[in-house]
Amino acid sequence: MDGMQTKRDRPWLMRTYSGHSSARASNTLYRSNLAKGQTGLSVAFDLPTQTGYDADNPLARGEVGKVGVPISHIDDMDQLFDQIPLDKMNTAMTINATAPWLLSLYIGLAQRRGIDPKELSGTTQNDIIKEYLSRGTYIYPPGPSMRLIADTINYTIKHVPKWNPTNICSYHLQEAGATPVQELAYALCTAMAVLDRVQASGEIKPGEFSQVVERISFFVNAGIRFVEECCKLRAFGEMWDELTLRRYQVSDPKLRRFRYGVQVNSLGLTEPQPENNVQRIVLEMLAVVLSKGARARAIQLPAWNEAMGLPRPWDQQWALRIQQVMAFETDLLEYADILDGSPVIAAKVKQLVDGARREIENVEAQGGIIAAIESGYVKRELVASHMQRLRAIESGELKIIGVNCFQETAESPLTLGSDGGIMKTDPAAEREQIERLQAHRQKRNDADVRAALQGLGDAARSGENIMPSSIRCALAGVSTGEWGDSLRAVFGEFRPPTGIDIAIDSRAVLGKKDQVTELRARVAGTGAALGRPLKLLVGKPGLDGHSNGAEQVAVKARDVGFEVVYDGIRLTPQQIAQAAEEEGVHMVGLSILSGSHMELIEAVLEELRSRDLAKVPVIAGGIIPQEDATKLAALGVSAVYTPKDFNLNAIMADMVDVIREANGLGRLGPLP
Amino acid sequence: MTQAQLPDPEQLAARILRGERSAVASGLNLLDNKLAGARQRSAHLLAALAGERALNDGHLIGVTGPPGAGKSSLVSAMIRQWRLAGRTVGVLAVDPSSRPELGGGALLGDRIRIKNAAHDEGLFIRSLANRNQLGGVATEVWPMSWLLLACFDVVVVETVGVGQTEIDIAEIGDTVLYVAQPASGDTIQYLKSGIIEIPDIFAVNKSDLGAPAHKTASEIGRSAPRSDRRDGWDYPVCLVSATMNTGIQQLHGHFDRHRVFLADARLLGKLRTRHQSGWVLRVLKEEFGTFGIELLGGYAEIGRRLEEANQFEECERLRQHIISRFKSSD
Repeated sequence: MDGMQTKRDRPWLMRTYSGHSSARASNTLYRSNLAKGQTGLSVAFDLPTQTGYDADNPLARGEVGKVGVPISHIDDMDQLFDQIPLDKMNTAMTINATAPWLLSLYIGLAQRRGIDPKELSGTTQNDIIKEYLSRGTYIYPPGPSMRLIADTINYTIKHVPKWNPTNICSYHLQEAGATPVQELAYALCTAMAVLDRVQASGEIKPGEFSQVVERISFFVNAGIRFVEECCKLRAFGEMWDELTLRRYQVSDPKLRRFRYGVQVNSLGLTEPQPENNVQRIVLEMLAVVLSKGARARAIQLPAWNEAMGLPRPWDQQWALRIQQVMAFETDLLEYADILDGSPVIAAKVKQLVDGARREIENVEAQGGIIAAIESGYVKRELVASHMQRLRAIESGELKIIGVNCFQETAESPLTLGSDGGIMKTDPAAEREQIERLQAHRQKRNDADVRAALQGLGDAARSGENIMPSSIRCALAGVSTGEWGDSLRAVFGEFRPPTGIDIAIDSRAVLGKKDQVTELRARVAGTGAALGRPLKLLVGKPGLDGHSNGAEQVAVKARDVGFEVVYDGIRLTPQQIAQAAEEEGVHMVGLSILSGSHMELIEAVLEELRSRDLAKVPVIAGGIIPQEDATKLAALGVSAVYTPKDFNLNAIMADMVDVIREANGLGRLGPLP
Repeated sequence: MTQAQLPDPEQLAARILRGERSAVASGLNLLDNKLAGARQRSAHLLAALAGERALNDGHLIGVTGPPGAGKSSLVSAMIRQWRLAGRTVGVLAVDPSSRPELGGGALLGDRIRIKNAAHDEGLFIRSLANRNQLGGVATEVWPMSWLLLACFDVVVVETVGVGQTEIDIAEIGDTVLYVAQPASGDTIQYLKSGIIEIPDIFAVNKSDLGAPAHKTASEIGRSAPRSDRRDGWDYPVCLVSATMNTGIQQLHGHFDRHRVFLADARLLGKLRTRHQSGWVLRVLKEEFGTFGIELLGGYAEIGRRLEEANQFEECERLRQHIISRFKSSD
């Protein structure tokens, strides 16, 4: 039969995104994952490492070792890869603003171990554009950031040829609410911006530019609408092939292949009935393996309990086993592309391609993706898409099993264990990392460090490639914070538009017209009773840049009549309390998704008390386990909202009641 | 907030004059409060703050200009410079509200754009929604700016320059700065509209763009003759770049020069008295309507009464008078 292959295809690289507490603990986890059949590593770094701060910086408080492993200097990197042969391992690093630095530590470590960097293979995510739009671990303004990306590309092409220096990410755009068309368009615009920047640097000879194009890889998302998602990946392949041929004259079709890795969707994972996430993950994975011509090169799957907290090793094992069953038990890898020739698939692909082309033209007409980010256009589009999604969930138009339909459930045995079904990070990790860092500073050669940092600053100013001086810094024992600060001194820092200044679309708001009208009356009436309109501060303390939740709450609160102060991400508890005081708000809402909610919220409450603002009610939202929510209530937090609270109208009604109660007015109760 | 929780105005005024941040914050909350008891206390607070200083000290600067001209970034650069020079700064950042039928809410995003990095005790920012008041600046902005003037060296009121707000800002500030955007039709429209007579200083932002900025600057320089030109003031046009931090010192030079000009010409006190009277009329009209104004004998009569006394005390007397008339006519 046609399409049957005599030989099974080789499966994709199997990874699990992981890292926590310390380099030592993460190394143990990596080696046990590899022993279970994982074929590559995917390193999760903690937020101080991702945003270029040392563990003992005040902004890092509560964040060290939380969402990933803290890497402060080359000895941490050494410990992270203890007994792991760098020349044989394929390592993906989710690292962006500090990508040149973590890559330098990796190269420096290889050199120290006597390994030729030419043997290193792996990926640095290194896509700053989606950080401005979604993930939030940017540091520098767009100009210097794009230059750093170009520097790593220009360097690796020559010295680390098997490395993927950048992974253009549409993944995080979908997490921020992007539609498939938006994902296609913005990812391809980003790739063009990167390639154009490298071309403009003039470091690559025109004849060798095809190799640069070949090294560009992508990191995509796959949601639950798996037929459309599969078509999206076929569309990506078609559009990339065409774009690299037309725009960059890459004649060899092999160099025009759309190479991508995947983490399937986390946005659609639910906290209620979390076991349902397993089938969601399996179906989402189908989208990226089904079509051979558009199959992923590397896959990492989230764990079933991600909406509840950090996964445990067993949860990660389950995610890995899903991949192994798909690759080794099913017959998927025995066939040619099973979707070729389907008119239904072809028509859907065409529809996506046409839509994406229009949006690309639209962005190009605005001067390209960087200009469209600086103007706030792209962010506004994403916030609007996300809002549509939430409204569809609220109205029941978009069905999510266990959330807005079929909520009846027996108690899940999966969450009954003493750990509540999630991983607890070691509370001593932060202190130990700081001690390790301080000991490291004592034992290194200060003169070497100063000279290396001088070289780094000079390179940053002169425009010389940043990599050689960064590798010298790595070998001299420079710390992550020192590297970040040196470049901050030259490039400055950047805050992109928040995208929440979008106009009220009255039709969309009126999804549940009666509720919105009732809410507006409650907000206005409560404001009148208190003498002035209700004013809300939405704050994101700590280093976590996942601002989608905070933005949605801010926009919704504005829609129902609150005056909303939103200061964006990365604020210290002191700055939040100061803003609450200066702005005279009736309530402070905090959003934290990095797992450092206990430390940060406690610090905010403390700062508020010191300003005599103890009476201003504080609410919190994020991935907050029930046990912690109980503790927060005891500390004085008025309400905690988690992913199971999907109904924004209900949250708004509750917020009004919290304010009423704090001011001696009676609660009005749930919306009719 | 119940009556018992409202602060005592005299004590609050004393704390504000000492520069206590928490007092400044509660004072602003009080001035914003529309409950009857709060209005009365607000008047007492303003009267207590209105001394010599209110007519002679500090510098109240209004900043306006079209959306996208980079006002917030420029204000941020201006603040940096003032703070380096050791001057304290209070800011009122005014953003538009959504229409009342759409809930009347507002997103106040200016802090994020104005904010200088770390914690700073010498800088105080309050964001305000304009609350649809006649399309212009909310009535609360006037008393709030006077409160800040009582305890900060420089007070900046920043508004988006659309329609009425540009006229209102001239009724607030000692000095009005118009921030223009190079190569933008807005500025030309603005010049044509005749509102050109309002600003005392023009700053063309984004001067790093080069030629377009110079062109816009010379267009403003050549603009229509002003009917109300003040003799002795040169209405300077300067080139600045908030992002490159250039031209800010020159701009500050113009601010200081204008402040000296107003004081030397004995205009500062008159200007502030006029602004206060204007606000009293506005607030009485807002609370009691044209009918209330008539009850007091009309605008001219109120104006005369305001000339003779502490305006804020007089304002409260006028309020009580109207209220008693309303009550007696029951």
